[in-house]
Amino acid sequence: MSVLVDQFSVFVNGFWLTLQLCVLSAIGALLIGGIAAVMRIAPAPPLRGLGTAYVTIFRNVPLTVVFFFTVFGLPALGTTADFLRIPILDLAFPRLAIDLPFFRFAIIALSLYTGAFVCEALRSGVNAVSPGQAEAGRAIGLGFRQNLWHVVLPQAWQASVVPLGSVIIAMIKNSALAGFFGLTGDLSQSGAELVTVRGFPVVPVFIGIAVGFLVMTMPLGLLLDRIESRGAMTR
Amino acid sequence: MTGEPLIVMSNVNKWFGHLHVLQDVNLTVDRGEVVVVIGPSGSGKSTLCRAINRLEPIDSGDIHFDGQLLPSEGRPLARLRSDVGMVFQSFNLFAHKTVLDNVMLGPVKVRGERRQAAQERARQLLDRVGIGDQVSKYPAQLSGGQQQRAAIARALAMQPKAMLFDEPTSALDPEMVGEVLDVMTSLAKEGMTMVVVTHEMGFARHAASRVVFMADGQLVEQAPPNEFFASPASDRAKDFLSKILTH
Repeated sequence: MSVLVDQFSVFVNGFWLTLQLCVLSAIGALLIGGIAAVMRIAPAPPLRGLGTAYVTIFRNVPLTVVFFFTVFGLPALGTTADFLRIPILDLAFPRLAIDLPFFRFAIIALSLYTGAFVCEALRSGVNAVSPGQAEAGRAIGLGFRQNLWHVVLPQAWQASVVPLGSVIIAMIKNSALAGFFGLTGDLSQSGAELVTVRGFPVVPVFIGIAVGFLVMTMPLGLLLDRIESRGAMTR
Repeated sequence: MTGEPLIVMSNVNKWFGHLHVLQDVNLTVDRGEVVVVIGPSGSGKSTLCRAINRLEPIDSGDIHFDGQLLPSEGRPLARLRSDVGMVFQSFNLFAHKTVLDNVMLGPVKVRGERRQAAQERARQLLDRVGIGDQVSKYPAQLSGGQQQRAAIARALAMQPKAMLFDEPTSALDPEMVGEVLDVMTSLAKEGMTMVVVTHEMGFARHAASRVVFMADGQLVEQAPPNEFFASPASDRAKDFLSKILTH
């Protein structure tokens, strides 16, 4: 077990990069999923079709395949996802701006994949809001967008928080895959390197990796429980 | 005020699939009139009521409100709806907002009123319907009767030209029906134009200016309440009244 102490900084650095990847991917997934959810409930059939197509594809294709297409497909299309070199944000997340694109690719793959699940969690939340609520909103003269914003979404949000949390927790664990698609220095890739390149014993290293993930996922689970019990007040 | 038509429905038809729920309905409601719609379940009363603010789009015919054809969608429709108060059977108060915020939402977001002014009027309205001491509670913390009175206050906050009531007391425990009917009666006395779908014959008798009897999607007969209850003209109305008034 001494590897955990001797190589502590490797684990800490790996943890830090994985955390950055997860924060950015969660933001991306929430944005994409939010837009897709609005499309899927929109009154216009083409928008609904597009939203449904997105969810069907990305919810049903294995994450490994999504990673594969992102990491090998995007360069073939001639892009290294430079649109993610976002000024100011790259001060907090320096990996966004480096020449190697794999951190950006990992964000894209995780966001696209997780966004489909976020969309469905949000949509189930919208469905949980009784139709009478939106009807009452319409009856006092709220427009579609006002009704969504002031009446439906706040209640859908309450109903979605817990499933959304589960989706994000799954995403954090899925991020372990990024290390096998070019990303270096994240928690699982750093750990794997300790074993395969530097010859440390497997079990303690992977215990270290597991602890690193637990430190991210367990507080999130506790936070969700808190939010859930607070939301129960109004129902 | 009375005598001038506010709501005019002409040759209105509506199908749910094969079910012809509104069949060539013609109905005119004058300003200040209180029209009570009664009839057996499934006769199309609620659909008629909901068609007036287009919560239920119709398949053919015209509905005019305040001299204007009902807009089919978008902003003009939202504007029209803001002028027509609606009270639902299941209250439909916004579950995530306090009673006060429920009443203020329309004036602030639809009419663009200042919060201060909207809040003042909301409090007055809630006082008026007798729940001025419950303003900061959530709907789930109120009784059914209180929720329905809050819903009436929410509709009144828009200063509507007419109020639609879609079975406002049907979901209430019996001891709470009275408090809601009291509010409705006082509104009627003040000259509010009202269309009320209800099974409360007492309310129809004393508050209605006209009773409309519907059956099978048709408007079978209409008459002032004393005339209607004393001597209904149609067999179906006689049958209906005999079933509900004998107990």
